[in-house]
Amino acid sequence: MIAACPECERKLDLPDSTRLSEVVECPDCRSELEVVSIEPPLLVIAPEAEEDWGE
Amino acid sequence: MRIGLLASRVRTEEKRLLDAFAHRGAEVDVIDSRTLRFGLGDASPPWQVILNREISGTRARYAAVSLEAAGISTLNSARAGEICGDKWQTSLALQRAGVPTPKAALALTPEAALDEIAAMGYPVVLKPLSSSWGKRVSLIRDPDAAEAVLEHCAALPAPQAHLIYLQAYVEKPGRDIRVVVVGDRAVGAVYRNADTWRTNVARGATTTMCDLHGDLADVALSAARAVGADIAGVDVVEDVDGRLLVLEVNSGVEFTGLQRALGEGCDVPGAIADLTLARAGEMTTEVPA
Repeated sequence: MIAACPECERKLDLPDSTRLSEVVECPDCRSELEVVSIEPPLLVIAPEAEEDWGE
Repeated sequence: MRIGLLASRVRTEEKRLLDAFAHRGAEVDVIDSRTLRFGLGDASPPWQVILNREISGTRARYAAVSLEAAGISTLNSARAGEICGDKWQTSLALQRAGVPTPKAALALTPEAALDEIAAMGYPVVLKPLSSSWGKRVSLIRDPDAAEAVLEHCAALPAPQAHLIYLQAYVEKPGRDIRVVVVGDRAVGAVYRNADTWRTNVARGATTTMCDLHGDLADVALSAARAVGADIAGVDVVEDVDGRLLVLEVNSGVEFTGLQRALGEGCDVPGAIADLTLARAGEMTTEVPA
């Protein structure tokens, strides 16, 4: 699966095991990207960690 | 029987959990908590059991409360999430159950905290009531540092930030212990090693294998039971006399570091999947009143 980084337009090759809501990092611009669609593959900038995130 | 896994972020842990369910031939719906809404009197959602893996503590707690109100069994329960999400409630629950834990206190204002710190003595650890990953946790060694940190707390806008949770600092040998409890079993333990006093994996601590001996397993199980958690990450510290003290209990346990250190000999996602499926089985066989 190929999807473009919304920040720098780098084409990312996502493995077939990629799941919705997974977060990947763009190797070029280091942006954290959330997978919001599998068909077609679509990436958006992932939400920043909030104060109440954790275990 | 439908099982849901609630998560807004699918991390390595959630992927391994989904693999574990698939390995057992169980279908699981992945529910993005950001899409959930609940109306009074709405028809019950279609799941019987929800494994709550939501990364936001606030969303996790409200989802659990709402799902339980609709008759859905959640792992962990809403009550366990509430206790684990509040360090003071956790301390109270541990003490009530006789689980060894460091001396702790709650001050209702930063000014009262200054008096309490003077009474407890230095060093002391100040923790936000509901933070995780070691965020904004401060080791206070003297009155100047206490005044500075408390001044910062007082300046924070959220009223909850003005409640000051204090815990006696336990000298530890450059490490603490994370024990993962699933159901009535402690399934694995690792040392969390760090050069600094904070030993959170999220802050770069490394994990190495820890012998899950009887005393350690007993303490961790007692702690999980004290807070009512079916699935728990119990943080334990050894004091200079070798006594085990429970620092806190996490209800949304992250286990990648532990799993990496323990390898094939420990199967945290498998244990969680088995517990969830067992709960689903109980829900199926329950006879309505």
